[in-house]
Amino acid sequence: MMPLVRLTGLSVAFDGAPALRGIDLSVAKGEAVGLVGESGCGKSVTWLAALGLLPAKARITGSVMLDGQELIGAPAPVLERVRGGRIAMIFQDPSSSLNPVHRIGKQIMEALGLHRGMTGSNARAEAKRLLDLVGIPDAGRRLDAYPHELSGGQNQRVMIAIALAGQPELLVADEPTTALDVTIQAQILELLQSIRRQMGMALVLISHDLGVIAEACERVAVMYAGRIVEEAPVAQLFDAAAHPYTQGLIGALPPMDGPRRRLAAIPGGVPEPWAMPPGCGFAPRCQFRSAPCDAAIPGLMGLSDQHRAACIRVAPAAMPLERIPA
Amino acid sequence: MLRFLATRLARAALTIAMVVTFAFVVLRLSGDPAQIIMGADAPPEAVDAFRSAWGLDEPIWVQYFSYFWAILQGDLGRSMRDGRDAIMLVTERIPATLALTLPALAIKICLGIPAGIYAALHRNSLADRVVMIIAVAGFTVPSFVLGLLLVLVFAVQLGWLPSGGQESWRHGILPVMTLGLGGAAVLARFTRSAMLEVLGQPYIRTASAKGVPWRAVVTGHALPNAAIPTVTIIGFMVGTLIAGAVVVESVFSWPGVGRLLVVAVANRDLAVVQCILLLVAITMVCANLIVDLLYGLLDPRLRAAPRKAA
Repeated sequence: MMPLVRLTGLSVAFDGAPALRGIDLSVAKGEAVGLVGESGCGKSVTWLAALGLLPAKARITGSVMLDGQELIGAPAPVLERVRGGRIAMIFQDPSSSLNPVHRIGKQIMEALGLHRGMTGSNARAEAKRLLDLVGIPDAGRRLDAYPHELSGGQNQRVMIAIALAGQPELLVADEPTTALDVTIQAQILELLQSIRRQMGMALVLISHDLGVIAEACERVAVMYAGRIVEEAPVAQLFDAAAHPYTQGLIGALPPMDGPRRRLAAIPGGVPEPWAMPPGCGFAPRCQFRSAPCDAAIPGLMGLSDQHRAACIRVAPAAMPLERIPA
Repeated sequence: MLRFLATRLARAALTIAMVVTFAFVVLRLSGDPAQIIMGADAPPEAVDAFRSAWGLDEPIWVQYFSYFWAILQGDLGRSMRDGRDAIMLVTERIPATLALTLPALAIKICLGIPAGIYAALHRNSLADRVVMIIAVAGFTVPSFVLGLLLVLVFAVQLGWLPSGGQESWRHGILPVMTLGLGGAAVLARFTRSAMLEVLGQPYIRTASAKGVPWRAVVTGHALPNAAIPTVTIIGFMVGTLIAGAVVVESVFSWPGVGRLLVVAVANRDLAVVQCILLLVAITMVCANLIVDLLYGLLDPRLRAAPRKAA
């Protein structure tokens, strides 16, 4: 089956410093994919680049295909129809992601006008329905509220309502719960999942928190220093993480039972973009490092049908997966 | 809203009273008007007679209270030079000053704001650099230097325009340009930085992410937010409409309020100077009041009585 979105060799550099170094990832219709990694590994940049939302100084190469249409280098009108209409995106800090001088109803109706041609009382009724859908109480009155009159959690619900206004096939949620209280986090995750089920929409959930992703996603891609280092269905990743970085991430999670122990930390830090090691980006922090690690960047190799990892130690017999032709 | 207005008006009155007091004290401390107006060679009896005629021989606090009481009754005193009402002397100069400052304000707004927006939208481009170099130059070059430069080029070298006086509208062009260009530069810089600040905000990215075309992002999402700091500067410029042209009026021998102020200060013509300062304080305070009201209009976060969500 043809994936909804397929990224191939997507690379981004800012002023010559690489931020993304060849991302291959596809998202099927209706699928929930998690993208995990620490700050600065390129999780957000991947999707900002795909939608053409990076500043002009970013150098973008590679390919982003949406249903057979190339988005990289696409003309502005094409991108404007895709943004919000086919791929919507919500962000980390909901309160500053909404325009402080416009009423939230207006901000929802703007998207309705752009993607569904709705205006006037039609648009207002639909905006109210969307606010109801995302669980904002007293939606009719809240349409006339300004973002500063709502809480962070409510603002994130408004952001989701705006995202849903264009009836997108894919929602990219970039750390949607990071700025919120833990109880609100759970509610927002719950909301995202129920909306996905209702609307049959695909979801890409970007997070630094494996726990969040395990809860909401079917498949997960682990990113490190601008590359995907491992990709697997969630259960497989937790059961049999193959890449030392993923193993480190899982090892750093607090255990639910058993005696309390010190949480394991991965020693060292992420290499700076302008000082990337020639081979595997994780090699300097890896306890299994050997000479071949520094020789070349390992590609993603298939361990099983759906499980791939980019480490020379895994499945030496496995053949590098062929690049899927664009 | 009424309470807001009442407190603002009370504060405005206090500000004006402080300006009046300050002007009174400084003028009394900076030389004896009787001696200056009568001349250094005047006989002491004549000087004393002048003092008692204008009440200058009273204790200073008596002078202060009688002055303040007169102001409250609308009496701003008379000029010590020709005995005319100070308010008349000043008001008859206002049209001439406004003939310079109003067109200059229009130039500042019509030139400065678009230039600032353009520079911000094309940050680090050649156009941005050129606009900013001109803006910094306009910002740093004092108005008398710019005025003299314009005179040198357009009056002396090219002979297109007169260098001073007020005979026709053509005489106004150079002083208006001098005032307008400097202010446009200030406004361009402020608008540019306000725009850059706003363009970096997450809600701009949100607007793009929901498919709003860039032009509409700029006009519908960025400009309304960038207007808030820019209005402050424009408000300040409106506040200087009456007395903002002191230097330029002197350079171009333009008979406005500014020239009157310079002459009145030199002569220690107390009533006239105090009258002008009072007028300046009132316009400044009014401009600030308008800016405060505009803030509420532009920024819902600053509106009184917020409806807080439960």
